[in-house]
Amino acid sequence: MLRLIDINKYYNPGTVNEMCLFDGFNLDIREEEFVSVVGSNGSGKTSMLNIICGSIPVDNGKIEINGTDITNMPEYKRQMRIGRVYQNPALGTCPNMTILENMSLADNKGKSFNLQLGTNKKRINGYRETLSRLGLGLEEKMDVTVGTLSGGQRQALAMIMATMTPIEFLILDEHTAALDPKTAELIMELTRDIVKEKKLTTIMVTHNLRYAVEYGNRLLMMHQGELVLDKCGEEKHALEVDDILDKFNKISIECGN
Amino acid sequence: MLTLIIGILEEGLAYGVLALGVYITYKILDFPDLSVDGTFPLGGAVTVALISMGLNPLIALLASFLIGAFAGMITGIIHVRFRVRDMLSGIIMMTGLYSVNLRIAGSANVAIFTKDSIFDNSFIDRVVPEGFRPYLVVTLLFVIVLIMKILLDVYLKTKSGYLLRAVGDNETVVTSLAKDKGTIKIIGLSIANGFVAMSGGIFVQRNGFFEISIGTGALVAGVASVIIGINLLGKVSFLKATTTVILGSILYKTCVQIAISFGLVSQDRKLITAILFLIILITSNGRKRRVKAHA
Repeated sequence: MLRLIDINKYYNPGTVNEMCLFDGFNLDIREEEFVSVVGSNGSGKTSMLNIICGSIPVDNGKIEINGTDITNMPEYKRQMRIGRVYQNPALGTCPNMTILENMSLADNKGKSFNLQLGTNKKRINGYRETLSRLGLGLEEKMDVTVGTLSGGQRQALAMIMATMTPIEFLILDEHTAALDPKTAELIMELTRDIVKEKKLTTIMVTHNLRYAVEYGNRLLMMHQGELVLDKCGEEKHALEVDDILDKFNKISIECGN
Repeated sequence: MLTLIIGILEEGLAYGVLALGVYITYKILDFPDLSVDGTFPLGGAVTVALISMGLNPLIALLASFLIGAFAGMITGIIHVRFRVRDMLSGIIMMTGLYSVNLRIAGSANVAIFTKDSIFDNSFIDRVVPEGFRPYLVVTLLFVIVLIMKILLDVYLKTKSGYLLRAVGDNETVVTSLAKDKGTIKIIGLSIANGFVAMSGGIFVQRNGFFEISIGTGALVAGVASVIIGINLLGKVSFLKATTTVILGSILYKTCVQIAISFGLVSQDRKLITAILFLIILITSNGRKRRVKAHA
């Protein structure tokens, strides 16, 4: 269970540009929930993910995982339980290292990075098998540097790498936004399979309303740092793209856009 | 002519270890580490101090590596833990080390001609035949550089080495692996400056004297070697990056020697160095731009 309790977050505090993003923001995410998060730009979706991952500090409030306070835990330590895939496919992989080296790195997460050989030869076949399930032919390119791959291939690899070792939470930050529709579809299917297989608690920020409706068992809509819609279970299944679009338009009108 | 070539090879190889160190910071970590200008003479100072005390020259070499690594660690801590900009952390170390080096060496010029060195000791006198003497230094240097290169190659293939490469390639990945990228950078800077200081120790043992100014331009020489090596020879697929960097160091020393042979005196050395470096930077930029235009 992941809890955000009374989160306050100000940007540029003490200046004329001071902006309050979160003022007493609360959110509970239960185990094995797959939460889709939608909302306009600046609504606080990515900031929320950054707060959960520890990429940005909070001004006030508490972040708890299974009852343990992790508010002051540095970002890298939190990653022990978290896998994260970014919007930019380049962020999840090392471009100048080969696919095999990238896979080896990801496989070693949680273990000591000591003076043993970086790639365990016995694991290579396993890596090949995992990659062949993608159907992208990556298993034939183990010694190719990742920088030469396409955005979709890199994102698929990033997805595999982020979920390779046992984690509890999967954080997806618009992870299909930079991809063409067909590849995006493929990545979403991959996401669904991995989440199901590994029983991960997932938070997915997306601008694609169809994905938000089709995938997951809970849907959040954010606006100016607040939750304006929170549907789960049956209510979520009944939702359609048009319902969310209506809500979106209403908010926009209220804002005078 | 042969003496000249051997001289260039010797100098290029002595700086080869430095080039390997700079390769770690400049190319792998993407960190412009100016502390190199201080750690190179630091290695030299430690070496002359220990050899003057009568210590084994090989141990002096190891000691210079360790103390250089310690200095590199401090650069890393200044940058990572106190959030001082990379360039400035190096400059702080470089400036501070100038005094430290003088303290360790005892004065700005220290000669150790009369003492044993790795190139000149009783063991070598006994074993090496007279006819081979002119090639002795270059052979020994070759062996040392080869050992250091292989050590670095092996390290870069370990888990820890993978992480070092990852931190220069994409810091986000290192954080995702639940590792502190700052610590990795500190480790990288340590290893790099260990190499650099050892190179200073080798240089001093070869020349038979220490001079406080040997560090001036050490980074430039290192970066130039790295750029020449990677840009000129990087396309040759059977050469590892570490090999090209060492060859780059020899090529660079050749360029400097050629410039000097055109009638410039050794006072002009640093100016030649600077102009050569500029030419290398400009031409390598041009290549990059052209590649981008095609992409």
